Amino acid sequence: MLRENTTPGKLIIVEGIDGSGKSTQIDLLYKWLQTQGRSVYFSEWNSSALVKSTTKRAKKRKLFTPTTFSLIQCTDFADRWENRILPMLKAGVIVLADRYAFTAFGRDVARGVDRDWVRNLYSFAIQPDVALYFRVPLDIAIQRITSARAQLKYYEAGMDLNLSDSHIESFKLFQDRILTEYDNMVGEFNLTVINGNLTVQAQQRLVREIIKNELKGWQGLPTPATGPHPQFMTDMNTGKGVS
Amino acid sequence: MSDPKFYGAGFPYRQIDDLPGKLIVLEGSDGVGRSTQIQLLRRWLEDEGFAVSDTGLRRSKMTQKGLDKAKLGHTLGHITMSLFYAADFADRLENQIIPALQAGFIVLSDRYLYSTMARDIVRGADPEWARQVYGFALKPDLVIYLRAEVADLVSRLIHGRGLNYWEAGMDIHPSYDLYDSFVDYQSELIVLFDQFAQEYGFKSVNAARPIMEVFSDLQGHIRDLLEDQQPILEDDF
Repeated sequence: MLRENTTPGKLIIVEGIDGSGKSTQIDLLYKWLQTQGRSVYFSEWNSSALVKSTTKRAKKRKLFTPTTFSLIQCTDFADRWENRILPMLKAGVIVLADRYAFTAFGRDVARGVDRDWVRNLYSFAIQPDVALYFRVPLDIAIQRITSARAQLKYYEAGMDLNLSDSHIESFKLFQDRILTEYDNMVGEFNLTVINGNLTVQAQQRLVREIIKNELKGWQGLPTPATGPHPQFMTDMNTGKGVS
Repeated sequence: MSDPKFYGAGFPYRQIDDLPGKLIVLEGSDGVGRSTQIQLLRRWLEDEGFAVSDTGLRRSKMTQKGLDKAKLGHTLGHITMSLFYAADFADRLENQIIPALQAGFIVLSDRYLYSTMARDIVRGADPEWARQVYGFALKPDLVIYLRAEVADLVSRLIHGRGLNYWEAGMDIHPSYDLYDSFVDYQSELIVLFDQFAQEYGFKSVNAARPIMEVFSDLQGHIRDLLEDQQPILEDDF
């Protein structure tokens, strides 16, 4: 179980398998909320500066086991949680997160760790006000991923699970397991399902409707009379792509 | 431990049937003399013909550099630190301790999850959360708790390596001086260790005595554990 949000901020997150289109959607949402004059902060999965060198070393040398992978990613999340996400929520900011604890619940369980164990790891985190789950059929996601990128990386393709010698085949089997986990989380964590087959614009229209409803009558942290400081905005642009 | 037992789910994706080795843990406060005793134990056990491997906190090659660097900065949060240490522990457990036990080694562990859990709890972590984080951990065959009062620790450290920032818990008492912080922090940890000693069945040894007296107590506990594995008694040659 995740904690209830008792902060004055709003937590909005997106989830979905690689190639589901969630990053595109949250990027459009972020820009739209800024245009609306809202105080928005963006946080991306696997982006803690403190943990980065460890993740990089372990990936490069293939040192991860399912348990250490899970613990290091949660360490990364905890650093962003303690230093960024929670303080921002307490200040009344809208925090947008590209991937959240549910990514761990999907991937780590697909790698074989215990469901309850990984749920406990993240139990310091807050249940989002809105959790959008972009659902696409596996073959469409794979098509998008393989056309956009030269090669799937080792852990991304789930090669550590020894499901197949082929990166593409392994990726399919791995993502299929994750998809099952996500589908089971819809009820467990009250995820709002968005059909990722719709056009980008049609999805964004739905997303904005949902967020408008959520923010109705809510004030949040006002932007200063001078407008937001450029530093605050650049903080979000920590690189894009699947993490 | 031929039939391995875990505190929680263990490593569900890994088949671990038989661990013919023995896992022996030395727990206790900073400055209580654990590493001296481990050196003596290693020598003694090897003399008796046992293969020995030793391990201790922060020795994982995967996390060591990152964790050491994080501890030098001022942004390392308490949850982040807990998890970083848990990752260090998990890496050593899966890649060092368990393989050594599979090969029949005696593994001497300088501290185990009890120390990191105690530190986490003193820093405000939910005790139940901290316990469950270590659900992957293997139950040791023997945990020996080297117990000493804070006054003994102060005396040893002042005459030894001195008081330092982390051992004094300065991160949670930034307005204290090093001495006051050390006394407060280590006292809180001892309260927790005493609780754990009951809960997890540690064998307590009074560490405020000469090194060889403490060592002799440790040998006694370890002999009991290794009862079925007789040392090589060789005639002079």
